[in-house]
Amino acid sequence: MSTPVPRSSGTGRGLLVAAIPYLWLVAFFLAPFVIVLRIALSDAATDQPPYAPHFPGISQLGEFLGALDLENFRLLGDDPLYWQSYLSSLRIAALTTLIALAIGYPLAYAMALAPKRWQGILLVLVILPFWTSFLIRVYAWIGILRPDGLLDMALMGIGLTAEPLRLLNTDTAVLIGMVYSYLPFMVLPLFSTLQKLDGTLLEAASDLGATPLTTFLTVTLPLSIPGILAGSALVFIPAIGEFVIPDLLGGSDTLMVGKVLWNEFFSNRDWPLASAVAIVLLVVLVLPLMLLQRARGQGEGSVR
Amino acid sequence: MRRFGAFHLAALVAGFAFLYLPIVALIAYSFNASRLVTLWGGFSTHWYGALMRNQPLLDAAWLTIRVALVSATLATVLGTLAALALARYRVFVGRTLFSGMVMAPLVMPEVITGLSLLLLFVAGDVERGYWTVIIAHATFSLGFACIVVQARLAGFDRSLEEAARDLGATPMETFATVTLPLIWPAVAAAWMLAFTLSLDDLVIASFTTGPGATTLPMRLYSAIRLGVTPEINAACTIMIAAVAVAVIGASLLMKRDALAGR
Repeated sequence: MSTPVPRSSGTGRGLLVAAIPYLWLVAFFLAPFVIVLRIALSDAATDQPPYAPHFPGISQLGEFLGALDLENFRLLGDDPLYWQSYLSSLRIAALTTLIALAIGYPLAYAMALAPKRWQGILLVLVILPFWTSFLIRVYAWIGILRPDGLLDMALMGIGLTAEPLRLLNTDTAVLIGMVYSYLPFMVLPLFSTLQKLDGTLLEAASDLGATPLTTFLTVTLPLSIPGILAGSALVFIPAIGEFVIPDLLGGSDTLMVGKVLWNEFFSNRDWPLASAVAIVLLVVLVLPLMLLQRARGQGEGSVR
Repeated sequence: MRRFGAFHLAALVAGFAFLYLPIVALIAYSFNASRLVTLWGGFSTHWYGALMRNQPLLDAAWLTIRVALVSATLATVLGTLAALALARYRVFVGRTLFSGMVMAPLVMPEVITGLSLLLLFVAGDVERGYWTVIIAHATFSLGFACIVVQARLAGFDRSLEEAARDLGATPMETFATVTLPLIWPAVAAAWMLAFTLSLDDLVIASFTTGPGATTLPMRLYSAIRLGVTPEINAACTIMIAAVAVAVIGASLLMKRDALAGR
């Protein structure tokens, strides 16, 4: 019945295979973004919910474009609440990344050095918390950090502190929760880079008289840079837009973009402003995303 | 030269203690007889009983499972098709846009995905609820499913498919009898991942749901905002146990599969 089809003619079928997910993504990923952009550029006063943004036909395009304005973006620049929340998100995300690197690097290093038969189990142990609910992991920290919680009980029990630390609802609690939640994203790329490290290079360094510290600083650390970059990007990028952790562990003065967007939307019901916040957040994310792309490229290059 | 020493053991123990102690504490306190979370009042399964009589929570759990089953299946089918298209056909119109759209949800902040989908549903005047959450979950977990299947396709021996075609199988027959059985473990893993992502999601579901469709994470979230209770600990413990059983079961299944495949 069927004649064998040479592979080169597969492009047509390729389009067919791609068509279903392609159309799905255009409908549920691309189109929503156009709508977000459209609403971000609309007037808060005329576009109060509930409303349905209607897309104009070609004939009304001129009128439509005339109605667009940058008022929401101007508001983002004028009100210090907004740009401060972006800065605060960047600061918390950067600190989270640094702390996760400080904890994750020794852990990944030890895992890579551990006997081969342990490594599979250790890897599963790192991944397993990722499979348990994010919300549950954040909730676990509320029980630990709240006044008279487990941490206070332990510290006061051994006499290190005399009164409750009151860590819950502070930026410190947010940092702890973020580092805890995103640590696996840091450890996994670091582990895979460190595991592939060529042991003979380290032997060569020490044969040539380098101390273990010198060997680490001049050989191991530079060679693990792709893993450091990939892990940092994987922690930094989701940390910027995080909502659940600052909302549950942070205080009323904890400013983060994800929380601001959520509040604009659910509390103030200002959809155009929430959309503008989202658009600016995406622009902020472009730079770290490009870094991640580069880190991936380097990572692939170093496998050779 | 690189020896596993005391320092490395200490790093492992400290790292894993940090990862696991909070979860262990949470599980331990779900068996606390006292309502006060800080006071240990003896062992009790009282809170599990209370949980079983909490009808709104049980309804939410059932809804969440149904959403996860359907959205994971959709995401796996779409993700597998996307992976096949990306792995097999190096050049087609709009390939860059396509791969960008597949991968973007992996790094997109959830608040943006949720907001944009909600605005789409509002614009299309779609009634929000069960189905809108399913569409939203399938869309954001599609990329994760695609990556898992793509990794498997990278090591795929295409001469097997060519042999099937030379022996007269149609493209569909080839896919059903050669390709699919070979990539099956990855497809199963992709489904598992999509399923847990859907179970876990609070932010995107909050944006895209409507009245009468409250998922379990949404219920837990509002309960947590009101305060810490052993009942929430019990609910969390059951969820942790379910995930642990599923993950261990899946890895055993894959191991058996890998052994059988040899």
